[in-house]
Amino acid sequence: MPVRSQIEGSQAVARAVARCRPQVVAAYPISPQTHIVESLADLVRTGELDPCEYLMVESELGAMSACIGSSAMGSRTYTATASQGLLFMAEALFNASGLGLPIVMTVANRAIGAPINIWNDHSDSMSMRDSGWVQLFASSNQEAVDLHVQAFRLAERLSLPVMVCMDGFVLTHAVEQVDVPEQDEVDAFLPPFTPRQQLDPAQPVSIGAMVGPEAFTEVKYLMHARQMQALDEIPRIAADFEAAFGRPAGGLVRPYRTDDAETVVVALGSQVGTIEVVVDQLRDEGHPVGLLDVTCFRPWPRDEVRRALAGAANVVVLEKAFAVGAGGIVGQNTRLALAGTPTVVHDVVAGLGGRPVTAAAVRGLLDDVLAGRVDPHRLHFLGLRTDLVDGQLRRDAASVPGPHAESMLREAGVIGSGSH
Amino acid sequence: MLEIRIHGRGGQGAVTAAEMLSVAAFEEGRHAQAFPTFGSERTGAPVVSFCRIDDRPIRIHEPISHPDALLVQDPTLVHQVLLFEGVGEEAYVLLNTGRSFAELGLGEVEDRLRPGRAVCVPATEIARAELGRPLPNTALLGGFAALTGWVSLDSISTAIRQAFAGEVGEANVRAAKAAHDRVLEKKGRSARA
Repeated sequence: MPVRSQIEGSQAVARAVARCRPQVVAAYPISPQTHIVESLADLVRTGELDPCEYLMVESELGAMSACIGSSAMGSRTYTATASQGLLFMAEALFNASGLGLPIVMTVANRAIGAPINIWNDHSDSMSMRDSGWVQLFASSNQEAVDLHVQAFRLAERLSLPVMVCMDGFVLTHAVEQVDVPEQDEVDAFLPPFTPRQQLDPAQPVSIGAMVGPEAFTEVKYLMHARQMQALDEIPRIAADFEAAFGRPAGGLVRPYRTDDAETVVVALGSQVGTIEVVVDQLRDEGHPVGLLDVTCFRPWPRDEVRRALAGAANVVVLEKAFAVGAGGIVGQNTRLALAGTPTVVHDVVAGLGGRPVTAAAVRGLLDDVLAGRVDPHRLHFLGLRTDLVDGQLRRDAASVPGPHAESMLREAGVIGSGSH
Repeated sequence: MLEIRIHGRGGQGAVTAAEMLSVAAFEEGRHAQAFPTFGSERTGAPVVSFCRIDDRPIRIHEPISHPDALLVQDPTLVHQVLLFEGVGEEAYVLLNTGRSFAELGLGEVEDRLRPGRAVCVPATEIARAELGRPLPNTALLGGFAALTGWVSLDSISTAIRQAFAGEVGEANVRAAKAAHDRVLEKKGRSARA
């Protein structure tokens, strides 16, 4: 039986990861880091997680490089990072996926500077969306725990790396009720790691040789093909998980009250729970509104998204990151899924740099969409303080307007930034 | 759903208090969610933490702007932050002070709330006596249990013992009980008045 605990998200994930028996954890301990690796380091020290080698490396680039080495040696390998730390890993992320190494990593989602900001949004994971890693987004701490158990099985089944994304602070630092799977349950669900390729001094092979134009395209084609296989594998693993643990978790997408919905919100991560509450309110008032929680963002489950949304007249994609100069990221993918349908897609950016996505703000947005007050041809920023923006645009007319972020902070009357 | 907001200063245990409160509710078989504000992890800086308690799973993930109860570990925060923002007349307010609302210049706040909902308790003083350290959070939780009746002193004590082992835990349990009894006594007095 699972142990139901009132526990911090990071601690719950650390326990779940430990029960997946990683043989190597490599991490760089400076901020932005999570309590997850801190707690794992402790479990290794006390011998509770054994055998496991905990490598404290000199940087995030070092962390992912060590993960690549240990995974290539056939060890089950785990790490965690966030924000700038993920960017510092960027080069090695592409190596891990290019080599097809089944590393599992938690990203405790946080914004990317400048301006410096330590708070939650999805800019970090989204910047690495094309790095060849599977990206799964947790909507709650329970789901974060369950996704990690599934992630190791998925990674090792297809020999590709998996990123489990959970909202920094909002989930990682929240103390909530979580069922942490027991060791015997995880052992029954997750078989020992059998590597598809392995460095072994007794039987030497090369992994990571230079590949020229003669075969590079084919290697990349197979990367894509393997990610597409994950679209079949992820629902299978989710079904097995539900059968084994008695609760649903994972899968590609999770529709919520989308039957007959004329307006559907698409979202990822912890804002999903808040949106569910608003959907219930609106349903109670007779508005046919629903929600599509996208758990798997990479690979992009185009067919499932299309099936879930095609009947809707309006889709509102609420996302905690965006492509500067282009628009919504999840929104662009959603449009791809809906190509050829008359469904109208609205791109809304929300929750950047720790600004809370509140039920009231989501309600206001949906009221505007239902009343036809939101122009689908424009990128919207939920709760944008136009007073600050307009003030800066006025200052920009001066010949040397000076640093804009600092000017807006001064105008907002903030001394020492703070957030929830 | 009950929503509780705790204001304190870095080092006073506001974050731990919210966690312990959530554990107390969990011990009673309810759903609870505790989380801090982030970014001010400095001793003495204003800190806010939150706790939600419900009989159903809690799906919402946003800060509490209209609390049903407010715990203030240091009333001098009134000069720095909007302590009473979003606090309606039905809310409970528990201040850590040996003085009264009126003496702190907060008589208006007390008058705005329903009778018996605004209470002061000298949690730091109680903590000094019981723990030998000026850490008011566990005493305030005891006072909170007495003021609202939303969680029992027993559950608070269980949560405290989970957070602090041995004699430290017992001393904190005594602090919670002392503040609990003090608040009950005040409530009794105001009910008779």
